[in-house]
Amino acid sequence: MEKDGVAWERRSTVSVVPPVRPRKLAKVPFVELAEGRLQGVVSSGSDIQRVYVSSITSGDHGLSCSTNNNRPCGGLSGAHACKHLQALLAEAELQYGAERVARYLKIEVVDGESLFSGLHPTSAPNRAAEVFSSFLRHLAYLEVPASTDPLPELHWFPAAAVTR
Amino acid sequence: MLAAALSAAPAGLDEVLALVDGLDDALTHGLARVDEERADALESLAAVFVGSPLADRIGDAVGKIIAGTVTDEHLIALAGARVALLGAAHDALLLGVDAAVGRVREDAPAPVEVRPGSSVLAAGRSWLRELALTGWRGVDHELAAAGAGSVPILLAAPAHRRLAVLLDGFAGELRALAPIATLEQVPARRWGDLWSRALLLSQESAPVSVPAPIDGRLLILGVDLHEHPTVFRAQVHGLLETPHGVRLVRTSVAAAKVDTITGSSAWRMLAEFPVLLGALAERRVLELTGMPLTSEGDLIWDEALARSGEPADPFAVARIRLGTAVAAAAAPLDRHPAGIAVPVLLEGYTATADELDLGGYRLAVDLDRLPAAGPLTPDLVAASTACLGLLRWDAGRWSVQPFAVQSTVKKKPVTVHTADWALGPTEAKAAKAEAVGGTAVAVLRERAGRLLRR
Repeated sequence: MEKDGVAWERRSTVSVVPPVRPRKLAKVPFVELAEGRLQGVVSSGSDIQRVYVSSITSGDHGLSCSTNNNRPCGGLSGAHACKHLQALLAEAELQYGAERVARYLKIEVVDGESLFSGLHPTSAPNRAAEVFSSFLRHLAYLEVPASTDPLPELHWFPAAAVTR
Repeated sequence: MLAAALSAAPAGLDEVLALVDGLDDALTHGLARVDEERADALESLAAVFVGSPLADRIGDAVGKIIAGTVTDEHLIALAGARVALLGAAHDALLLGVDAAVGRVREDAPAPVEVRPGSSVLAAGRSWLRELALTGWRGVDHELAAAGAGSVPILLAAPAHRRLAVLLDGFAGELRALAPIATLEQVPARRWGDLWSRALLLSQESAPVSVPAPIDGRLLILGVDLHEHPTVFRAQVHGLLETPHGVRLVRTSVAAAKVDTITGSSAWRMLAEFPVLLGALAERRVLELTGMPLTSEGDLIWDEALARSGEPADPFAVARIRLGTAVAAAAAPLDRHPAGIAVPVLLEGYTATADELDLGGYRLAVDLDRLPAAGPLTPDLVAASTACLGLLRWDAGRWSVQPFAVQSTVKKKPVTVHTADWALGPTEAKAAKAEAVGGTAVAVLRERAGRLLRR
C-alpha cells in the first residue's frame, strides 16, 4: 500500500517510524533524536568510568559536549566539533540513516559530502544533565522484568520486517 | 468458502468507518477549536448512538466540545464511541470468517474483576487530553516528549504494564516525527486507535479477567512477533488439548528492551523462558499443569508449570485439529479489527510475489509482517504450497501474515517457521549478524552495571 495514498492514513498497523539499524555500541552506546537535538553518550577512550555527553541542536547546529560529571570537553571549542561529536554524528548516521539525521537536524547535504561537512555549528548551552538522565532511563529498560500479560495493544506494533 | 467470506464486506462497515474517519480528522486538527465541517462530523457520530445506552453521554460530550468545553468526561465519551464503532466492525468481520471456517466461538463472559486505580494514571490522562486539544498536527517536541513521563512508574506496576507499553510506543512515534506540522500526512486511524485505547486504559477502574488453572497439552501452531523501540514480544498461537475438548489459545512473553536491540538478537531478551523458546525452536508439544487460562483464551505463561514433550509438526496439528477447535471471544473493550488474528491453514492456492490466489479471492500476503527476527522471506512465501498464519484485516482488506510455510528451495521441499529462530538463527549468515546484535546487549548491560545508581 502506497504511503501517498489515502489508505495509508486509514491503516491501523502501518509502521510510521523506520526501525533503527543494528550497529556496534562499544564506542557510542546511546544515540537519540529527541527534543530537537541529536544527542548521545560517547564512551571515553581512556577511563572506563567516564562517558562524554554530546548533543547537536536541530536547525542552529548548537554543539555541546561534557563529561557525565559535567566537566567541559577539552576538544570542543566554540564552533569546532570535538571527536566525540564527530563520533556521535557518524553513529547516528549508521543507526538512522543519513537522510533521517539530515532531516531532523536540518542539514543541507551536498551530494557526496559527509553530514559533518554540512553542519554550520555554533555553541549551545550545556545539556549534559538532561541527556545523561535520558541515557540512564534508556539503560533502565534492561532492568524491567519480563511480562507474561497478553498485552493486546501490541497487535498495533508488528516486529520490524527485514529492510528489503 | 473462505474466499467467499473474505470477498464479502459486512453490511454497514463503510458507514461505520466513515464515522471513525470523521472523529480521527477532528483529532488530527485538535478539539480546542472545532470548525463547522468537523462539528458536522462529530454530530453525525453522536447521531448513530441515539437509542443506545451511550446516547446521552456521547450527545452531551459532542455538544460541549463543539461549544468549546473539553473535559476528561467528554473525551472518554468520544473514545468510548470510537471503541464501540470499531468493536462492532470487529464483530461483523470476525463473524464472516468464523462462519466460513466453521469455527465455534464462545460468547464473551462478563468481566469479573476490576483493576484498582492509581494516582499515576492522572499524568497519562492529562497528556492524552493535551494531545486531543492540540491535535496531531499541533504536536511539537515538547508535547511529544511529555508522553513518556509516567512510563517508568507505570512499568514498575504489573497491573499497568499494558498502558505503559502502549504509551511508550505511541509517545515514541510522536517524538520521532515531531514537529508533526511538517509531515505531509499523519497516520490518523492509527493514532486515533492508540489514543482512544490509552485513554480507556488510563481510567481509574478497568475490567480485568481472572484466569483459572488448566491442565492439558499445548500444540503449537506458530509465533507472532511484536516490537517497538522498548518492547519485544513473542505471542504463541496453539491448540490446547484438554479432556473437555480442543481450544484455540495464545500465550505471550514480552521483554523490555531498547531500540538498538532489534532483529534476531531481540530473542536474547526472552532468555528466561527456555521451556517455551525451546519448544518453539524444536517444534515440540508442551505439557501444562495448572497453567492459568483467561476467558479470552490467553494462557498466562509460567515456565514452572510447563514441560517440553514429544515433537509435533504444526502443519500436521493444523490439518487434524484446527478445524474443530473452539475459540474464545475477545474482551469487550479489546474488540477492534486490528486485533483480529485468526490462525488459518491455507493450501491449494497459487502464490505470487505478494498474493495467494485462493480460487476466487486473491489474499494479500502481509510482507511487512515477515519479521527480521525470523527466517521467513517473501521468496519462501511466493514459492510455497502450504501456509500457516494469521488472517488479519486492516484498511478495508484482508491479508495473511504467514508464520510458517511449506515451500521449495533449489527444487527441494523445505518447511520454515518464524519460531525456528527462537533459540538463535539456524543459518550461518544470520547467526553472524545475530552475534553482532548480541554484543549490543552485553555492552548496554555493562554500561548499566557501571552507571546506574543503585
